[in-house]
Amino acid sequence: MTSARTALVALALTFAAPALADSNLPPAYWSDRQLPDPKQEAEAQALMAELRCLVCQGQSISDSNAELAGDMRDLVRRRIAAGQKPTEIRAWLVQRYGSWISYKPTAEPAAWPLWLAPLVLILVGGFLIRRRIRLGTRA
Amino acid sequence: MSRAVRFAPLALLLVLLAGLIWRLATPADTNVSSKLKDQPVPVFILGAALPTKPALSSSDLATGRPRLVNIFASWCVPCITEVKVLQQLKARGVTIDGIAVRDRSEDVADFLARNGDPYERIGSDPQSQVQISLGSSGVPESFVVDGRGVIRYQHIGPIEANEVPMILRTLEKAK
Repeated sequence: MTSARTALVALALTFAAPALADSNLPPAYWSDRQLPDPKQEAEAQALMAELRCLVCQGQSISDSNAELAGDMRDLVRRRIAAGQKPTEIRAWLVQRYGSWISYKPTAEPAAWPLWLAPLVLILVGGFLIRRRIRLGTRA
Repeated sequence: MSRAVRFAPLALLLVLLAGLIWRLATPADTNVSSKLKDQPVPVFILGAALPTKPALSSSDLATGRPRLVNIFASWCVPCITEVKVLQQLKARGVTIDGIAVRDRSEDVADFLARNGDPYERIGSDPQSQVQISLGSSGVPESFVVDGRGVIRYQHIGPIEANEVPMILRTLEKAK
């Protein structure tokens, strides 16, 4: 009896939607609708793939089902349709949330190690190979 | 191979482990704070969330004295407890304006009837556009706006009862 009840509770929990985590309003108009102009839609999609979702951090807003991500997709599409450049929209968001919001690496000092790491690794690798080859010829 | 080189991998492992344990013990802050602190509130005009209460626009915020702008929603659970703290702040003379995110008029009315109403004005932000333009990433969040309409402080998450003195001090400093 108890085990059956436990199983039932576990089953119910599996399918339970998180209560009240979302609003009662439908998704924003452009959140899941493509712009009629394919060129604009392509621009919007490229930008949305590079903007980080604020709620489910680690996903882009194009991947996320969060309502705020939907509202941000709506914002991006509306602005692109109104003729704004993707760089302007990105800058507008960065002004509000910091470079955190954008997946595109920047040239700010905090990102320098990221740019320098491949160079350093190649240098270290070259050094190791050189040593190996020298040791080999001596033997 | 010299002794130092032989033990290098072990040392590296220990360093890695120490780093991992440190991060587990002190988790990183995942809050995204607004970069608009010390900048004027972006221009916005919101419709009224309730027929019985004035709407909210950015021009309503530069009134010569500091105000607390609270971003909330009827569907947000922590907001229920926060409203009671906001009532305390209101009783201490704080002017509080609300931005209801993705909400319906009847739901806001029901929420306020049930939990109390500390708001002077409430604007309705049905597609989170003003929330995004403020650099806010969730509900509840609050902004202290000074008399010139400049954002002086952002509070992420509900204002707890023990944070009332801190909020009052922040408002005092924003005068």
